[in-house]
Amino acid sequence: MKFKLERKKLVQIHDVMVKSRVLEERLIRMYKQNDGYFWIGGPGEEAFSVPLGLQVRKGFGLDHDFLHLHYRSSPIMLAMGAEPIDSMRQMKNTATDPYSGGRNFGNHYSKRDWNVVPVSSTIETQYLTAIGSAIGQTKRGCKGITIVNGGDSGTAEGDFASALVWASRPVMPLPMLMIVTNNGVGISTPHCNQFGGKSIAARGTAFGIRNAVINGNDVEESWSALEEAITYVREERKPFLLEARVSRLYGHSSASGANFVPDEEDCLVTFEKRLEKEGILTRAQMDKLREDYTATMLEQSKQVKTEPAPSGDTIYDHVYYGQKGRYW
Amino acid sequence: MANMAQAIRMALHYGEKNLGVEHIFGQDVGPPLGGVFTCTQGLTKTWNSPLDERGIVGAAIGLGFANVRSVAEIQFCDYIYNTIDLLKLGGMSTWATNGDWPSPFTIMTPVGAGIRGSIYHSHSFDAMMTHIPGFKIVMPSNPLDAYGLMLACLKDQNPTMYLKPKALLRVEGEEQIPGEPPLTAEGKKQLKEMIDAPLGDRSKWKAKWPELQDYTVEIGKGKIVREGNQVTVVTYGRHVLIARDVADKLREEGLSVEVIDMRTLWPYDWAMISESIRKTKRVIYVNEDTEVTNFGEHLLRRTIEEHFYELHARPRLLAGAFVPGIGLADNLESASVPQMQDIMNACREIIAEQP
Repeated sequence: MKFKLERKKLVQIHDVMVKSRVLEERLIRMYKQNDGYFWIGGPGEEAFSVPLGLQVRKGFGLDHDFLHLHYRSSPIMLAMGAEPIDSMRQMKNTATDPYSGGRNFGNHYSKRDWNVVPVSSTIETQYLTAIGSAIGQTKRGCKGITIVNGGDSGTAEGDFASALVWASRPVMPLPMLMIVTNNGVGISTPHCNQFGGKSIAARGTAFGIRNAVINGNDVEESWSALEEAITYVREERKPFLLEARVSRLYGHSSASGANFVPDEEDCLVTFEKRLEKEGILTRAQMDKLREDYTATMLEQSKQVKTEPAPSGDTIYDHVYYGQKGRYW
Repeated sequence: MANMAQAIRMALHYGEKNLGVEHIFGQDVGPPLGGVFTCTQGLTKTWNSPLDERGIVGAAIGLGFANVRSVAEIQFCDYIYNTIDLLKLGGMSTWATNGDWPSPFTIMTPVGAGIRGSIYHSHSFDAMMTHIPGFKIVMPSNPLDAYGLMLACLKDQNPTMYLKPKALLRVEGEEQIPGEPPLTAEGKKQLKEMIDAPLGDRSKWKAKWPELQDYTVEIGKGKIVREGNQVTVVTYGRHVLIARDVADKLREEGLSVEVIDMRTLWPYDWAMISESIRKTKRVIYVNEDTEVTNFGEHLLRRTIEEHFYELHARPRLLAGAFVPGIGLADNLESASVPQMQDIMNACREIIAEQP
């Protein structure tokens, strides 16, 4: 089957997917080499998350999209233009880490200039804070929407149900794209043992929320489903619940070893086979791209090791906005 | 002569008119009720939310991220406990991002006993809330401060927690809020006609707001409500009024009690407390939250660490009994939270104690 997306777009998506995969593998190596205390990330979600990041209306303020992300969102951030070295800085907890100044785990992004609100380790609270920015965006004429993502297991939290309730209120429907990347397992617990419904997306039907289930390992299916969902939310100012079935290629986190899982579909392998078959890119070109990113990020990881750690006397800084030093 | 509920209402009106408040929301906050204590009647930016405390607090945090000024209400603080992790999240965002994200929003919730609210309408929240860094926490004791502290919260770039002492919400003020009608019987009637929603059908009613003025009580500044030189009583909320009455009664016995209204629980006015302790050499902390890991215990620790050799008597804490709730019967509630006689006895005892 031929690609529907243009060659230029396919090459762009592939580039970011490779960059994202190489970054995650570098972050895992950093963890295993004691250059980070913990790893959690999104390898296996690139086919869905890169198309998402490329379709975000990026910027600051209500006319741009707000993103309430979880900790598997590096492909989204790289697609939006984030620099891999900044992820390494957060992994190494350096003072130069632009997301938290060495205060938070890796892949816990925060970028105010792009409306990327602080990622929290608390499962599913992002669905609640998303309610707020979406309320702020309900104003007539506002073009921004709110995008929230999370995993399958987190949907068992009441916060997911809260988001369904708030997003679908007749008096104030919210322009909110709710995304569930379903990798089928929460840490070690299979989702199918804990959830009796046909799909998570189907829960939206009970609230009158338009919804869909897609194969998140397929780049084109992801691109078109996201395009349709985003357009609907942006134009109709109503919520959409999108469930993407994805893989989890390195387990839950470093706590489960962060080793490659060979029996899951690798969306990058699947995509590259098609790119090669359709003559979009050659194997040699793709190998070269990966080698280049690998070499570049190796050098960046070496640079990060030379950067300063935050000083202990800064712990009281920023308890309040603009405040520095001990405040009481 | 506004009462505290009217004062909060007027402050919120000032906020939506002058300070960019765009959303005031919570269970029953919007019309027709305007809040179970009437604090949000007649406002234009109010709306009713689902009965979902986690959604309410989460929405407030998200609005803060979007830099949209909001005030969210949890109907009673007894029902805010299932949002503790969200409050931590809201208080953490600026720090966790190394200063990148301001998060301006205000949560208000009625606290404390004093209205025979039984087990789940009498809790306090100051002990729990002062365990959560990143918030500024205020609690007024009179309508003028209620107005000024709310305006301070609405101007702040940080999360603010506005604790409403529910037993004081119908207590009238002795000081005029800038712009309110005169503190006379006629002025009181006039204000009621202007901003209190009528009983029955309210669908066509609109508030007529007085020309309110800007008035801010600086966050972090306490107030000495009675000057004295033999003991300092440090308190907040409804116990300010009780402590003030204690000071007045004991003056008749020739005893001199200084009463400090903290007004802000965090960050608090230690300079004022410290100076008073240096003067009186004796201090009693009073609040009605449960006594174990009570906020007053922190103040005791600081008192001991910084003033141990200046004290003429061991410092005290009068607080609520460490029991799961406030029992409904009069005797149970009275035995659960500090009463006037308890404070009076403690003052007499500590003044009599000599080094």
